[in-house]
Amino acid sequence: MLPKAKLWLSLIGAATILFSTQIQAAWELNMPRGVTQISRDTYDLHMQILWWCVAIGVVVFGAMLWSIINHRKSKGAVAATFHESTKVEIIWTIIPFVILILMAIPATRVLTEAYDSSESEIDIQVTGYQWRWEYRYLRKDSDEEEVSFYSILSTPRDQINNQLPKDETYLLDVDNPLVIPINTKVRFLVTSNDVIHAWWVPDFAVKRDAIPGFINEIWTIVEEPGIYRGQCAELCGIEHGFMPVVVHAVEQEEYDAWYAAKQDEARVAREMANNVVTMSESLEAGEQVYNTTCIGCHQPNGTGLPPAFPALAGSSVVNGDLEANINLLINGVPGTAMAAFGRQLTPVQLAAVVTYIRNSFGNATGDLVQPAAVNTLIQAAQ
Amino acid sequence: MSASHDDHHHGPAKGLTRWLYTTNHKDIGSLYLWFSFAMFLLGGTFAMVIRAELFQPGLQLVEPNFFNQMTTMHGLVMVFGAVMPAFVGLANWLIPMMIGAPDMALPRMNNWSFWILPFAFAMLSSTLFMDAGAPNFGWTFYAPLSTTYAPSTVTFFIFAIHIMGASSIMGSINIIATVLNMRAPGMTLMKMPLFVWTWLITAYLLIAVMPVLAGVVTMMLFDIHFGTSFFNAAGGGDPVLFQHVFWFFGHPEVYIMILPAFGIVSAIIPTFARKRLFGYDSMVYATASIAFLSFIVWAHHMFTVGMPIAGELFFMYATMLIAVPTGVKVFNWVATMFRGSMTFETPMLFAIAFVVLFTMGGFTGLMLAITPADFQYHDTYFVVAHFHYVLVPGAIFSIMAATYYWLPKWTGHMYDERLGKLHFWLSFIGVNVLFFPQHFLGLAGMPRRIPDYALQFADFNWISSIGGFLFGASQLILLVVVIKCVKGGKKATPQVWEGAQGLEWTLDSPAPYHTFATPPDPKLIHAQ
Ligand SMILES: [Cu+2]
Repeated sequence: MLPKAKLWLSLIGAATILFSTQIQAAWELNMPRGVTQISRDTYDLHMQILWWCVAIGVVVFGAMLWSIINHRKSKGAVAATFHESTKVEIIWTIIPFVILILMAIPATRVLTEAYDSSESEIDIQVTGYQWRWEYRYLRKDSDEEEVSFYSILSTPRDQINNQLPKDETYLLDVDNPLVIPINTKVRFLVTSNDVIHAWWVPDFAVKRDAIPGFINEIWTIVEEPGIYRGQCAELCGIEHGFMPVVVHAVEQEEYDAWYAAKQDEARVAREMANNVVTMSESLEAGEQVYNTTCIGCHQPNGTGLPPAFPALAGSSVVNGDLEANINLLINGVPGTAMAAFGRQLTPVQLAAVVTYIRNSFGNATGDLVQPAAVNTLIQAAQ
Repeated sequence: MSASHDDHHHGPAKGLTRWLYTTNHKDIGSLYLWFSFAMFLLGGTFAMVIRAELFQPGLQLVEPNFFNQMTTMHGLVMVFGAVMPAFVGLANWLIPMMIGAPDMALPRMNNWSFWILPFAFAMLSSTLFMDAGAPNFGWTFYAPLSTTYAPSTVTFFIFAIHIMGASSIMGSINIIATVLNMRAPGMTLMKMPLFVWTWLITAYLLIAVMPVLAGVVTMMLFDIHFGTSFFNAAGGGDPVLFQHVFWFFGHPEVYIMILPAFGIVSAIIPTFARKRLFGYDSMVYATASIAFLSFIVWAHHMFTVGMPIAGELFFMYATMLIAVPTGVKVFNWVATMFRGSMTFETPMLFAIAFVVLFTMGGFTGLMLAITPADFQYHDTYFVVAHFHYVLVPGAIFSIMAATYYWLPKWTGHMYDERLGKLHFWLSFIGVNVLFFPQHFLGLAGMPRRIPDYALQFADFNWISSIGGFLFGASQLILLVVVIKCVKGGKKATPQVWEGAQGLEWTLDSPAPYHTFATPPDPKLIHAQ
């Protein structure tokens, strides 16, 4: 007896270690209750319907199991001959109908509530790109400095490729999270620049498709400060699994300070476009841009995935006319996956990345591009 | 002339040409079924790649682009290659025997509608070996991902879809013509087996929606090659229009894949309960109601596109209504078992599992109909779990039940019951380990169609993958059972099953190459 018990104990111990070290997160079973009125209402609705289904299941499967146990030939059961009953059939048409009405009433109420996007205090335009989100805070008056930035996955490639251990927030971290104040009605105007994406934060019960040519409205009032994470929900191409949504909900004062700092940053960036950069600065900054923006299609060593995503190493464009190369980045290539980055990246970033690709992967043009030169081409393109 | 005519009655021609030129409904039925099984293994292989990549977080085996090709090809091959041809194959084998007809009404078209299918799938699969790669935009191929942003192989995909659509339309015309014109004297509509009824209604659905699918892929073709902008917002088009047109096809398509399953289960449960089907008339009316409702619920796949609230409410209420006729069917099956005299051979096991697991898929379907809750479920693994419950232990289990049930009639031999039961239990356990945890993954927030995931999804993913490997491997048992049964085994009687009712059981086992050349005795035709 004893050795057997010991064996079991050690097995259980091994299993515990396996589970606890492999993943520290809980075995999450259910929808989050979330931090907004709508998310809690949605959760309650979900649970209510679930319990209805469980109850119906118990009755139907119970009747079935009871028949299976008792009415089997091996127990000598003799088949009855009845095969219809108008009364019973009417009853089991009407009862489900009544249950459905009981479900539809709260569902209609929650939906009406969720659709009331009037009287928002902050409006943020959310634009999906392959594969990043752009957040643009709509200004109350046009003299204000505009706050607008991209939010890109910040999980290192080495973690995705299993060369580094994975963080707790693996695939759910971005460089610039969206920041909103708590207890304030924030309206999101969701759209897309290329294919269809969907902006989703489970804790807010907010999910809306981002569709090119359409602007969808959705809103939230977050009640607790915190970091809330979600993901793009609509298949949007290769990197669909790698465009998370991260929202910091903060106290009003903290939000105000953050917003003012962002405005300063925007002012500085505008001025920086006139600065002169050095080769080493450019290569370093360019590599960063490349690793967040270009790497998905053109690959870490610039080999691309031909023919859809051409190689940059040895490419005739990258090693050819400089101005044509910059214009291609600004305007994209219509009808292909190459997007127009003129509005997605700042002149500083564009200059840096062009310098980087023209001097990496075996390309050695020696070109150093200045932000001002890019700026001129962007103006010309508009 | 007369000599060759006589030959014709003696049996099939020999060799490959028998299969190439055949107009015999039984031969064509077998062709469809074998083709479907081959596609089931191919689509299953794609699924194994998906589950292997998702076994652990991180990218291990495949590039994200190839992963997307796998999800797309898995969906297309399973829907158009495995499930639909299997039901057409069963229809070919069974409908003439069930209604006392000598063959299908349009035998040459029957041959044609089968033989274009292998070409469609060869073309679709060949894209896997092309430089640009296979279609990678999901089986629902939403524009503009499938138009402006698609790999160049999308044109092969469009052409393949056209051929599959043509095949389905010809198949349906044939079934409608057969059922309406070739029933034996005495076989009134309300005496037809439910499998015939459900297929008749399915055939009308197919004729109604396959042209819509052809239309939507043609619009894509024009956007890609001829400069139109149906779905291109930059040219004044509308990407949401794509979804409306696609789902106007897509929702009835879902019922196309489940109505014949209802017919199969309605044949098997009474046989093994040794009791007449409860509520035959209400089964027919429920099927017709489901078919009608299937045309007015399509936008429940699109609750998050930003429809006006009136639209959201209409599609929510209409979708919820489907629960009523579906409920009637489930209650009828349970009432058929109630006070029966049941035995549990393999077909009955699959049929019972169908009722239970399909109903679970129905419950999650009802949850998904609730618009505000759908905002949370939409495009997550909850949806993946839902439709796989309806399609795998739903549609596919019904096909397996049908295979075991009618196999002795087709081959003349009893199959190996022990292997059959083993296949059932491994499939039953495998399918639940595979798909049940996906409900949890979806509720916890895992989006569908991603090659890699956050760490909190890791546990349920590896469990799901293990279930997937078990389910996948178990299907090889079915192949063994069928081959063994074709080659030999205990001789089957004409009746085969003690409680079986219907004209096909009055024929010898195996059913002769030509049956009901003269109509059966009307006295053999009973109310169902
Ligand atoms: Cu996306």
